[in-house]
Amino acid sequence: MLDIGLAHYLTVAAILFTLGIFGVFLNRKNVIIILMSIELMLLAVAINLIAFSAYLQDMVGQIFAMFVLTVAAAEAAIGLAILVVYFRNRGTIAVEDINVMKG
Amino acid sequence: MPVAVPELMPALPEIFLASAAMALIMFGAFRGEDSTRTVSWLAVLALVVAAIAVPVVTQSRVTTFAGLFVTDAFAVFMKELILLGSALAIIMSMGFNEREKIARFEYPILFLFATLGMMLMVSANDLIALYLGIELQSLSLYVLAAFRRDTVRSSEAGLKYFVLGALSSGMLLYGCSMIYGFTGTTRFDVLAAMFAGVDGAEVSVGLIIGLVFLVAGLAFKVAAVPFHMWIPDVYEGAPTPVTAFFAAAPKIAAMALFIRVLIGPFGDLADQWRQIIIFISIASMILGALAAINQTNIKRLMAYSAIGHVGYALVGLAAGGEIGVRGVLIYMAIYLAMVLGTFCCILCMRVHGRMVEGIDDLAGLSKTHPMVALALAIFMFSMSGIPPLAGFFAKIYVFFAAIQAGLYTLAVIGVLSSVVAAFYYLRIVKLMYFDEPVEAFDRPIERGMGVILAGTGVFTLFFFAYPGPVLNSAAAAAAALFAG
Repeated sequence: MLDIGLAHYLTVAAILFTLGIFGVFLNRKNVIIILMSIELMLLAVAINLIAFSAYLQDMVGQIFAMFVLTVAAAEAAIGLAILVVYFRNRGTIAVEDINVMKG
Repeated sequence: MPVAVPELMPALPEIFLASAAMALIMFGAFRGEDSTRTVSWLAVLALVVAAIAVPVVTQSRVTTFAGLFVTDAFAVFMKELILLGSALAIIMSMGFNEREKIARFEYPILFLFATLGMMLMVSANDLIALYLGIELQSLSLYVLAAFRRDTVRSSEAGLKYFVLGALSSGMLLYGCSMIYGFTGTTRFDVLAAMFAGVDGAEVSVGLIIGLVFLVAGLAFKVAAVPFHMWIPDVYEGAPTPVTAFFAAAPKIAAMALFIRVLIGPFGDLADQWRQIIIFISIASMILGALAAINQTNIKRLMAYSAIGHVGYALVGLAAGGEIGVRGVLIYMAIYLAMVLGTFCCILCMRVHGRMVEGIDDLAGLSKTHPMVALALAIFMFSMSGIPPLAGFFAKIYVFFAAIQAGLYTLAVIGVLSSVVAAFYYLRIVKLMYFDEPVEAFDRPIERGMGVILAGTGVFTLFFFAYPGPVLNSAAAAAAALFAG
């Protein structure tokens, strides 16, 4: 019987976090996928915080995780709003078309 | 169960600013779009009241809200700079927004919320408070960057800023979670006590990983190389007064947070983070000097210039100690004046009621607008660090700190890169004074803008004659950080 310990949770969180970062950088198709990747990163952090909180028997991590979730919701709302504004002007949200300014 | 009410006095300016912002939302919502000018001036008034309240409520180092919030001389110095930058940026925006038909009452309110976030960042004494302050600031700034919502450039700037800003918040947060996990606390005071006298080699790898992620996230916020890729596009795309605001207040807040985090809880781990700071400082100085040379858009040029200036300020942080921190504080104060003045000049660049942003449009400015040309020349000389202007002293203090800390390479690279950077600053002066005039900019220049231009110009020009107030308060602020 395998015991699921702190290290397993941290590994899962690290994998999810890395997937999130790669999702932001390697994705060439759609900005919505970037928003999903950002969400994935924040949720990986939440897993990390809760795993530490349970391991340390300390409530602060869980409180922190609640704040992260709240802010993530606000962040998603603002991100989608900006995306809608962008779509109205440009008519596309493909990542490779976001190039009016070089950089 | 009775709950103890926390001591509210130390946070009074923040509480006031939050209430004022919410009251102004109601005011604007009921009065409609024609209330924009009133809301703007009321927002400036709120910032001024907060700026008066900040030093009054802070006599010495106080913590409140169960130690999450700290205020001391360092916080007072940084908050005054932030409030000044925000108030001037709102004043600079009014005429521009009305001409460009983006004058909405939400604009100054977003400034207030962003400023509130910055003040919380400066006063953060806990990783949670740090994160919430950063997010309040960033979320307001994303919206401001996209404020000119009917143009592709502004909404693209907002989108890019949002994606990269959210990415950096994620990295910062991952760092926070690692630090929490490997120390068991998020409190700066407890962390500082934990590391007091600890040999750097003994700390766990997890903690170092957390620290690296945290520094990466913060480097993103100050736009230091290699986390600078967002800044040229955001500066170029955002409406010009918003760019002026980005260049001033958020930079100062992020730098304050950088100092607070690295010197406070992780001060005894200096050997672990100094290498990173030295690297990003050198990279920022060199990139800021080289990449700006080819630019043709003045806002983009200012973006690369900002990267370079962050590099110089980080020299002081790399040197560490009271002298290094004092150098950074002086640098940020002088940078605030220079950058706001420069953006006042950029806001004057209007031909037939339309904004122009090309560097070539400045040609022959000395003949058409001698006063603006003189002011811009002062700021350009100052930014390139030519004595006896303020920018020279800003650089002198950080380089001296670096030399005292034995970081000779850093100081030499700093001096060399500022010589390279002088090329593009002086090119602007040459364009204005020695080239044939192109079409003249519109007259007249707004009164508010003229006053700001004169004020920042006089400060930059005559800083050497009366540097006492800035130097003394910066020294007191730096000392407060090391006393606690």
